[in-house]
Amino acid sequence: MAADTPQRPLPTPIDRTQPFWDGLRERQVRIQYSPSSGKWVFYPRSHAPLTLADDLEWRDISGEGTLYTYTIARRPTAPDFAGDEPQIIAVVELDEGPRLTSTLVNVNEGEIEVGMRVRPVFEDVPETETTLLRYEPAP
Amino acid sequence: MGLRGEAAIVGIAEWKPERRPTAPPMFTLEQWSQLTREALDDAGIDPSEVDGICCTNIRESDSFVPSTIAEYMGMQVNFAEVVDLGGASCAAMVWRAAAAIELGLCNVVVIGAPSWPSPRPPVAPSGPSSWRYGASSANYGSPQAEFDIPYGNVAQNCGYAQIAMKYGAEYGYDPEALAKIAVDQRVSANHNPSAVFHNVPITIEDVLNSPMISDPIHMLEIVMPCVGGAAIVVAGKDVARRSKHRPAWISGFGERVLHKTPTYAEDMLSTALIPAADQAFDMAGRSREEVDLISVYDCYTITVLMTIEDAGFCPRGEGQPFVREHDLSFMGDFPCNTHGGQLGFGQAGLAGGMSHITEGARQVMRRGEDHQVPDADVAFITGNGGLMSEQVALILEGD
Repeated sequence: MAADTPQRPLPTPIDRTQPFWDGLRERQVRIQYSPSSGKWVFYPRSHAPLTLADDLEWRDISGEGTLYTYTIARRPTAPDFAGDEPQIIAVVELDEGPRLTSTLVNVNEGEIEVGMRVRPVFEDVPETETTLLRYEPAP
Repeated sequence: MGLRGEAAIVGIAEWKPERRPTAPPMFTLEQWSQLTREALDDAGIDPSEVDGICCTNIRESDSFVPSTIAEYMGMQVNFAEVVDLGGASCAAMVWRAAAAIELGLCNVVVIGAPSWPSPRPPVAPSGPSSWRYGASSANYGSPQAEFDIPYGNVAQNCGYAQIAMKYGAEYGYDPEALAKIAVDQRVSANHNPSAVFHNVPITIEDVLNSPMISDPIHMLEIVMPCVGGAAIVVAGKDVARRSKHRPAWISGFGERVLHKTPTYAEDMLSTALIPAADQAFDMAGRSREEVDLISVYDCYTITVLMTIEDAGFCPRGEGQPFVREHDLSFMGDFPCNTHGGQLGFGQAGLAGGMSHITEGARQVMRRGEDHQVPDADVAFITGNGGLMSEQVALILEGD
């Protein structure tokens, strides 16, 4: 294989994060919660941020949230994404509080507004075990 | 608490940034030697007096970096520091050097930012380049590798554009005001023969008509990658007094580090500079009104806008009218990045961040030549690493 053949980078889950990726495969957004601090956590960690409590547990959530910000990359952000432009790269704020990186799909550029409601779109990557979490405008 | 202002920048070496190198590649260790020699010559200090080095990574070794450099240059040092704060590294090295000198650990510290291409090995190393995704780590177990890179959130343009978009949603977005930052700095670049865009004027229309790279950021609002290199010498009071030039005393600093990826910022619009700048001014005992020029990290125009606000030169959210109302060139009423900034001078890797320090020091040393701010005594400098999340503020002063 030529070293410069574009190939989309995929996540390599670790034991700690596997429940999140398993959830996406099951069409479910599942993130961590720390009962002692009463805070939701994303991305998955070994200890709760700031308190460093080791009481993180997995809970299912709706996955819905608001668009915190975004950009439309007119040039590929890395050679591996050649052909994907324009990439609508979003930061979604989950209703539970944490934010995550995603991309917006099923949307026209003119309709995108910071603060708009968004909902999950589960995208199975062909020929892999990976499901990515994309977002689209919520009706 | 803090510095007493008894260490100063006394010597500068800076290679003219070039878009394509006109000289052969050089190993990082060779660049260290050459830059150190030039900076010491500039100060009038003998190499035998060096007893401290501050560095970042070098191509020749992934670890044991200071000892590798010290051995190569034949120096024995009391202070050997590696700093890993991206574009804030050079500013972070300046205060570390000053602090080490004031603690009495050392007396003459060389800070190096070699950014010239290195020769390629005859046989290419196996495996993907660690810089395939810019500053985003694709290593196994890296949160970015798992949760950011697969969605294309890599390198710098994307994150800064997201910050700019958020800024616009919060305060309104004035593309002409942002463009004016690049235009005013280009005026200064046009008076600086070392700038990569020397004698290449631009207008606000040029900026707004340049290709949109990542909404809302246009091509001419992004630094031009270059090759180059720089080094400075920081020395204690006695050495500074017998050096060749008017010393640029390091009187205050602040440093704040928050996160790697802006997605996980507590507040994307509250940069790490706010506490860092306050600390620097408090330590120096200076007010914003006493500053003669600012020399602040400008990887993008939005970086400058938010820096002007978060350093306290105008209230948050009012940077755009502030920029419209002031002339940011070296001739103006609010001189900002008088060497042209990295937007006009060029970003030669780490030396790009160093250029804000060399320019602040030159102005205070009164060595600004065609772009000298008259009677410059107090310079405010920033280094910015990651995505507005690693911030260092410095204050330099003349006698």
